Amino acid sequence: MNIVVLVKQVPDSGSERALDSADNTVARAGADNVINEMDEYAIEEALTVKESQGGEVTVLTIGPSTATDAIRKALSMGADKAVHVTDEAIHGSCAVQTSAVIAAALSQLEYDLVVCGAESTDGQVSVMPALLSERLGIPHLSGARKLTVEGTTLHVERQTDGGYWALEAQTPAIVSTWDTINEPRYPSFKGIMAAKKKPVTTMSLGDLGVDPSTVGLASATSQVLDFAGRPPKGEGVKVVDEGDGAEKLVGYLAAQKIV
Amino acid sequence: MAEVLVLVEVAPDGSGVRKTTLEALTAARALGEPSAVVAGAPGTAASVKAALAEYGAARVYVAESDDVDAYLVAPKAEVLAQLVREKSPVAVVIPSTPEGKEIAGRLAIKTGSGFLTDVTEIAADGTATQVAFAGATIVHSKVTVGTPIYTLRGNSVTPEAAAGAAEEETVTVSISEAAKQTRVVERVVEQKSSRPELTEAAIVVSGGRGVASAENFSVIEGLADSLGAAVGASRAAVDSGFYPHSFQVGQTGKTVSPQLYVAVGISGAIQHRAGMQTSKTIIAVNKDTEAPIFELADFGVVGDLNTVVPAATEQITARK
Ligand SMILES: Cc1cc2nc3c(=O)[nH]c(=O)nc-3n(C[C@H](O)[C@H](O)[C@H](O)COP(=O)(O)OP(=O)(O)OC[C@H]3O[C@@H](n4cnc5c(N)ncnc54)[C@H](O)[C@@H]3O)c2cc1C
Ligand SMILES: Nc1ncnc2c1ncn2[C@@H]1O[C@H](COP(=O)(O)O)[C@@H](O)[C@H]1O
Repeated sequence: MNIVVLVKQVPDSGSERALDSADNTVARAGADNVINEMDEYAIEEALTVKESQGGEVTVLTIGPSTATDAIRKALSMGADKAVHVTDEAIHGSCAVQTSAVIAAALSQLEYDLVVCGAESTDGQVSVMPALLSERLGIPHLSGARKLTVEGTTLHVERQTDGGYWALEAQTPAIVSTWDTINEPRYPSFKGIMAAKKKPVTTMSLGDLGVDPSTVGLASATSQVLDFAGRPPKGEGVKVVDEGDGAEKLVGYLAAQKIV
Repeated sequence: MAEVLVLVEVAPDGSGVRKTTLEALTAARALGEPSAVVAGAPGTAASVKAALAEYGAARVYVAESDDVDAYLVAPKAEVLAQLVREKSPVAVVIPSTPEGKEIAGRLAIKTGSGFLTDVTEIAADGTATQVAFAGATIVHSKVTVGTPIYTLRGNSVTPEAAAGAAEEETVTVSISEAAKQTRVVERVVEQKSSRPELTEAAIVVSGGRGVASAENFSVIEGLADSLGAAVGASRAAVDSGFYPHSFQVGQTGKTVSPQLYVAVGISGAIQHRAGMQTSKTIIAVNKDTEAPIFELADFGVVGDLNTVVPAATEQITARK
C-alpha cells in the first residue's frame, strides 16, 4: 500500500507567534518553526499501516525552504522518502490555493492512501483534507480515532463530541487523524541517522504545471485586512489560600452576582 | 433584500436545532435576510421549523433525503452548492464544528469561493473577525472571491429572537455518486451527561491532572452542580483516564466560551487555552503560583484544590 502523509511546518505553538505586519501573513522567518504537532499522529498512523500492509510512506510538504526540518523529523520517525514543493510564488496563499498545489503534487505521486493531521496549529483551518477530497474526487474519512485497512476497504472511527461515527470507504482515499488515534513514536538515534540518507525531491510550481499567478497573496480568495493583539484582560486578582481561599472565591462570585 | 444561506445544525438526539444554528441566524442578519437550509433525513425540517421562524429565517429550504444522512458531509455541501447556484445568496453561514468546516471547504471548491473559518463576528460589509493563535491575536479578514462562506465559532454571538416567515420551499435533492463515497455505517453515542451541554453551558468547571484520580473528579462535579455548571477536563485528565474524552476542553476537544470558566488543577497549556480563552470570566485554582493559567485568570486561588474546592462548594450551597 502506497501512503502519502501530509506534513506542514508551523511556528511552535508554545512560543510567541505573530503575523507579519508587512503583508499580514504568518511570520515564519523569525519564528521557532516545528512540525505541526497534529501531523505526528498522521505519520505514526501511516507507519503503522505500512507495517501491517507493506508499501512505502512518502512525506509531502508544501512550504518554504526551512520546512526541511519538518521533513527530516518525519523521515527520522520512519517515512521512506519525501517530496518538498517550494516556490517563492506560494507565499501568502490561502487554503484554497494551497489545496490546488497539494492536489497537483499528489497527482504526480502513486498513492492508495493519503494521511493528514486534523488541523494545523498556525492557521487552524482544519479543512485541507476536505479541500483535497473535493479536488481529487476521492473519499475523505475525517477525524479518525481508529483506522483499519481490509484490502481496499478502509474503516474509520470518526471522533465526535460524545462518541464516534463508523465510516467506510474504498481506496484511494484521504484519512485525517485525530489525536486520540495513537501515540506518536520518538525518532530513534538510528532513525535520525538513516533520515539523513533518505531521498528528498524538491519541486517547483513549474514542475507541477501550476501557473504561479493562481497562487500567492495577490490572488488569494480571502485576505487579512488588519490584526491586533487581543486586548489584555484587566490585571486579575490572585490570593494565596490561608484557610480563607474558598471564602474569598465565593466572595468574588457573589460580587460578580454569579452566586 | 439580500439573501444569506444558513446551514442548520440539528441536535444529534433529534431534540431540535443546536444553539449554534440560532447564533448563525443572528450573525447572518448583519448581511441580509437569513434563509435556513435543512439538509438531513426525511422529517428533519418539521422538528426545527418553529425555532427557525423564531430566530428570523425568512425561508426554510428543505433538502431531505436518506442519502444526506447515509454519507459523510459531501451531500450537504452538494445541497448548499445547488442553492448557491439557484439563489445567488450574498453569503453562506455555517456553524464552526468539525463537520461545518469540512462542508465550508467543499462548498468553496464547488462554487469557486473563498471561506473564513472560526469567525466570531460578521460586519455588514462582510468583514469577519477571527481569533488566531489560540486567542492571542484578533484578525479582521474578508473573502475576495466568489460567494463568501463563513463558519461561525460557537458562543461568540448571542442568539437574538426575531420573527421570520419561515416560508418552506422543498429542494429536490439528487446526490451525485461522487458525494456518496464515504458511508456513515453507524453513529455511536458513548457518553451522555445529565449536566448542561458543555459547549452551551453558561458556567463550566474543568479539572486537570491536579485532580489526581477518577474518583476525585467528584470534587469537580460537586462544584459544578452547586453552580449549575457543565464539567470539563484537560487532555492530561482525559489521557490519565480521570474523565471521558467527550468532556475535553481545548484544541482537540471542545471550544467553550461561557460566562464563567473555573480551571481546577490545570496548568494552562496553549492547547487548553485554545478551547477556553474567550470565556468572559476565568477563575483558577492551582497550588503552583507560577502556573500559566493565572495569566488568564480574573480571580486566582493559589492553594490545594482538595481543600479549597469542597469548602467553596459547601459555601455556595449554603447561600441558596
Ligand atoms: C496535538 C495536541 C493537542 C492537544 N489538545 C489538548 C486539548 O484539547 N486540551 C487540553 O487540555 N490539552 C491538550 N493538549 C495537551 C496540553 O499540551 C497539556 O499537556 C495539557 O493541557 C495539560 O493538562 P493539565 O493542565 O491538566 O496538566 P498539567 O500540565 O500536568 O497541570 C496540572 C496542574 O495541576 C496543578 N495541581 C496539581 N495538584 C494540585 C492540587 N492538589 N491542587 C491544586 N492544583 C494542583 C499543578 O500545579 C499543575 O499546574 C494537547 C497536546 C497536543 C500535543
Ligand atoms: N502546506 C501544507 N503542506 C503539507 N500538508 C499540509 C499543508 N497544509 C495543511 N496540510 C495538511 O492538512 C492538515 C490540516 O491542515 P489545515 O487545514 O491547515 O488545518 C495538516 O495537519 C496537514 O496534514
